[in-house]
Amino acid sequence: MNITLKVWRQKGPSSVGAMETHQMTEVSGDMSFLEMMDVLNDRLVREGKEPFAFDHDCREGICGTCSMFINGEAHGPGRNVTTCQLHMRSFKDGETIHVEPWRSAAFPIIKDLTVDRSSFDRIIQAGGYVSVNTSGATQDANSIPIPKHDADEAFDSATCIGCGACVATCKNSSAMLFVSAKVSQLSLLPQGKAESNERVLRMVDQMDLEGFGNCTNTGACEVECPKGISLTNIARMNREFLSSNLTSK
Amino acid sequence: MTMSKTGILKSSLSKKYVMAFTGLFLCIFLVGHLIGNVQLFSTGPEGQAAFNSYAEFMTSNPLIKLMSYLTYASVLFHVVDGFVLTIKNRKARPVNYVVEKGNLNSSWASRNMALLGTILLVFIVTHMQHFWWTMHFGDIIMVDGVKDLHTVVMDFFNPTVNRLAAVMTGLYVFAMISMGFHLNHGFQSAFQSLGLNHPKYTPMIQFVGKAFSVIVPAGFASLPIYLFLIQS
Repeated sequence: MNITLKVWRQKGPSSVGAMETHQMTEVSGDMSFLEMMDVLNDRLVREGKEPFAFDHDCREGICGTCSMFINGEAHGPGRNVTTCQLHMRSFKDGETIHVEPWRSAAFPIIKDLTVDRSSFDRIIQAGGYVSVNTSGATQDANSIPIPKHDADEAFDSATCIGCGACVATCKNSSAMLFVSAKVSQLSLLPQGKAESNERVLRMVDQMDLEGFGNCTNTGACEVECPKGISLTNIARMNREFLSSNLTSK
Repeated sequence: MTMSKTGILKSSLSKKYVMAFTGLFLCIFLVGHLIGNVQLFSTGPEGQAAFNSYAEFMTSNPLIKLMSYLTYASVLFHVVDGFVLTIKNRKARPVNYVVEKGNLNSSWASRNMALLGTILLVFIVTHMQHFWWTMHFGDIIMVDGVKDLHTVVMDFFNPTVNRLAAVMTGLYVFAMISMGFHLNHGFQSAFQSLGLNHPKYTPMIQFVGKAFSVIVPAGFASLPIYLFLIQS
């Protein structure tokens, strides 16, 4: 198939970017979107031109590194897939595809399609952990009885790979889906519950400091999330933040 | 335990709680207002006397007065908070996407709450100027010792008295359609913001929200249409 690509080109964080057009011929429908980008970059290198910088790592949908805004959607068309799991057969022959970086004040562009998502790391550092001594004398996790339903719900929240699609797709660049999933995966389990009050306050504080927008409950994040993280996480965080604030000393 | 560093009032989540609380209170206000309006369907002298004494009661009863002050405060906080949130949200994405397909993942109303809210604010200001101001401070005829608000409303939508009656009826209906869309997202969104999400109750809340967003605006819009048509 033949594809017209319009890809965001931006030299550096403070440069002005613009879309750059490239014609792709003989694209196989079995290629992943990233493999198609590899072919383009390979051609650009052989022509002595600058390849496009883009993030990728595991290429099997679990690391959360790939991050393209394709044809107006985070990770492109299709549901519950990351860009690396997106195949070219999802597009029509002769189609024009727009490829842009995640756009958010809290995710500054480094170059072309790569953005700095360390704001997510700082939110995790603020409270997204359980303070346990890992000296080797830790208790066997299975010795704490946990209802199956709670374990499943915590696991569903923990499947968030922190890719940032929620922020990218939210019209307000809100990080609520990510932060609430990380709050929930711990507060739903006994090991995390002990610190849940303090955790939610710290993580929301950090989220605000990073310059993400506010949630207006459009629900776009849940639809575009490659892991199908549910909006119930956001409601849980709203609840926890309110009660933690009201009961904190 | 540490208190939230930024403080609960400054937090992004608290701004959402304010939007939710004030929004839900205004939903209660709408029901009260609609019950009053329904009485205007009685256009004869009996309806006139009943509505005017009702209007007199609504402006003098201390409990109703308290509710009205809470309503003014709710509108004020809802507007100011909504404005602050909208500005902050715009700033959170300094460079817009070249191609963005929000329609594939969210409802139109949910993405345009600020626009719909602005339409409603303009409506509220003009609406208060037309009726609230006239009732409280305007030149208004007294009938049987009470202000004749009934005739004020009747005349406002009467094309033989008010040459702009058709336009006003049209604008009123447009504002009510905007309110329908605003409520369509806002009602259920308020519960989500307050953390009230439950697999058993959320579908019920969503159903009630959708029904509310159709029935209440339709109820309001039907009155000026009725008054305009019977007086044309």
